[in-house]
Amino acid sequence: MSAEVGFRPEPFPVAARTALADAQLRRNLGKATTTIRAKRAQVVGELDDWEALREAGRALKERVLRHLDDYLEQLEESVTQAGGHVHWARDAAEANRIVAEIVTGHGEREVVKVKSLTTDETGLNEALAAAGVSAWETDLAELIVQLGRDASSHILVPAIHKSRAEIRELFLRTLDVDELTDEPTELAGAARAHLRRKFLSARVGVSGVNFALADSGTVCVVESEGNGRMCVTLPDVLVSVMGIEKVVPTWRDLEVFLQLLPRSSTGERMNPYTSFWTGVADGDGPQEFHLVLLDNGRTDVLADRIGRQTLNCIRCSACLNVCPVYERTGGHAYRSVYPGPIGAILTPQLQGIDRAGSLPFASTLCGACYEVCPVKIDIPEVLVHLRARVVEHAAGTRPVPGPEALSMRALGWVFADRRRYEAAQRAARAGSVTISRHGRIRRLPGPLAAWTEGRDAPTVARQSFRQWWAARGGAR
Amino acid sequence: MAQRGDGRRPTSVALFATCVADFASPGPARAAVEVLERLGVRVVVPAAQTCCGQPALNSGYPREARSLARRWVRLFEPYEAVVGPSGSCVATVHHHYPRILTGPWRDRARAVAERTWEFTQFVAAFGGDLPLRLDTTVTYHDSCHMLRSLGEAEAPRAVLSRIDGLRLVEMADPDTCCGFGGTFSAKLGEVSGAMGGAKLRQAADTGARELVSADSGCLLHLQARADATGGSARTRHIAELVRDAMQPEASA
Repeated sequence: MSAEVGFRPEPFPVAARTALADAQLRRNLGKATTTIRAKRAQVVGELDDWEALREAGRALKERVLRHLDDYLEQLEESVTQAGGHVHWARDAAEANRIVAEIVTGHGEREVVKVKSLTTDETGLNEALAAAGVSAWETDLAELIVQLGRDASSHILVPAIHKSRAEIRELFLRTLDVDELTDEPTELAGAARAHLRRKFLSARVGVSGVNFALADSGTVCVVESEGNGRMCVTLPDVLVSVMGIEKVVPTWRDLEVFLQLLPRSSTGERMNPYTSFWTGVADGDGPQEFHLVLLDNGRTDVLADRIGRQTLNCIRCSACLNVCPVYERTGGHAYRSVYPGPIGAILTPQLQGIDRAGSLPFASTLCGACYEVCPVKIDIPEVLVHLRARVVEHAAGTRPVPGPEALSMRALGWVFADRRRYEAAQRAARAGSVTISRHGRIRRLPGPLAAWTEGRDAPTVARQSFRQWWAARGGAR
Repeated sequence: MAQRGDGRRPTSVALFATCVADFASPGPARAAVEVLERLGVRVVVPAAQTCCGQPALNSGYPREARSLARRWVRLFEPYEAVVGPSGSCVATVHHHYPRILTGPWRDRARAVAERTWEFTQFVAAFGGDLPLRLDTTVTYHDSCHMLRSLGEAEAPRAVLSRIDGLRLVEMADPDTCCGFGGTFSAKLGEVSGAMGGAKLRQAADTGARELVSADSGCLLHLQARADATGGSARTRHIAELVRDAMQPEASA
């Protein structure tokens, strides 16, 4: 299990509070997620077989996971036959070492990178820097994050927390430009001039993988800006790092996923650039190709009957864009390269419950994420499952049960018996009357205090439903 | 809209009052009794009922939740039909019980769930003859579990449309979470409050006089947020709204 770089191990509630106080951040996020939600809803609404496509996507992923070992071995054989090299990496450190050795083995000191969550997860850029290699991000938003020494806050749009004005200021400070407005075309132009120099000089490209086809060994990267196409075609050497769950059986399966992914992620019918390559081809594109297969906790996720559906994820980010919690807190509060609802279930499973135990509670369980998920990951179900694991873990590490465990167990005891339940009601009513002033409770005691931050507490009714019913002489 | 049972109106129902009614908000359960009785249904209130187990389940205590689920099934299975004034609690019975219980308990849970109605589902199915009139403008908040776990958005709107003089004005996003989320509202009080604030602003934008929903949890949270921030919002549970729209017995 890897430690992720650039994030302090702060629990979600603490980090969320900081984010919530940042009005600019909330404006940027609100605007961006509202726009992308509307775009998605429109293009999804165009397809009358959307639900069937979702079900097909889910079923395909489930089959892949059930036979993951077979498909991975088939992929290795196909890639090798096509002239590529396959490496197996148990964890982040192993993957980073493999990539660094390939780069330094060619005597190179810089690489150009396609936006890749998997290499963010392993902390590849930092590992390469330690090996004396500069990694240049070429996706516009990744570049913004890299230049600002910032951290990504969204799966698809890592700089979603930045406004145009903030980006202009950053570019003026870090890129070789004298004048710049905050017009998107001008901002993109400045980045393009900077990136072109890198594309033409770097001899090694590094990418992630959206899909890898077991039967042909073909690897696919999906993107919007064309920077990915440059990275996978111009350099002499190409290294692609993929999570082992990204394998799909055959070309035909892409019919499903290439409809689901762009509509769910950018709200487009088709994304602008879809690159495929199969091993190496003489005189065309990179002449050396390496595929690194990364586990890094994934086989542990696979072993969990309820948790394993998390591995269906195709990283579209639709769940982030509809999540009302994410919209308020932004991605940084999740302290992971995988923020939002999918991050709240993926991060604790990859990093361990002990490191990210507050994330499964970072949700109201409203279910909007499940509704839009193109591969039907029942995120609320996994959240609830992980909450139980967090509780179990806490019970296993504490010498005595914590206050929440005690109150929950006590509640179970009270709720199991009518007399105890009715006694508890009487006590609650008495307590409520004691702490209320003029019929209002402005501050609750103890662990309930958070309720009264920005809200009054409801007072317990003077006459309970049961008393009313009994007074009425109702039947039982 | 969900159809349950064989389409015939049950002669008696057991009221699934919910623990929220016992501890914080008795009004909706009372109103539900009054409406059901006006529909000519005999209402019984099983006195031993406590909680459906949802708070335990969602807090990470499945063992406690399973035990409360079995208790609930045992208590309510003798009745011809069950009606609850909470989309969320009824969704727990329909959606979660078959998932957390196993073996014969799962079958028993499924069987009683078949006869368990959320309040507006029951009124939409059997309240066609009930004369209803209330001059007001309302907006309806879809509570998340009622909408997404129970799959019910139509019944409450059908019931509202039967009230003469009532105008329903929809919010831009009636299906966005209000931020309550059970223990979420205590664990992440500020985020929860901000979400509630956004919901109240949308409701105010409709010009409606009151915000109506089928879940007391959401309404308690929203009303508390409005009170604390000096807002003028009024919330009302849909069972209380229907009760208030009933005409005096003599003219009915």
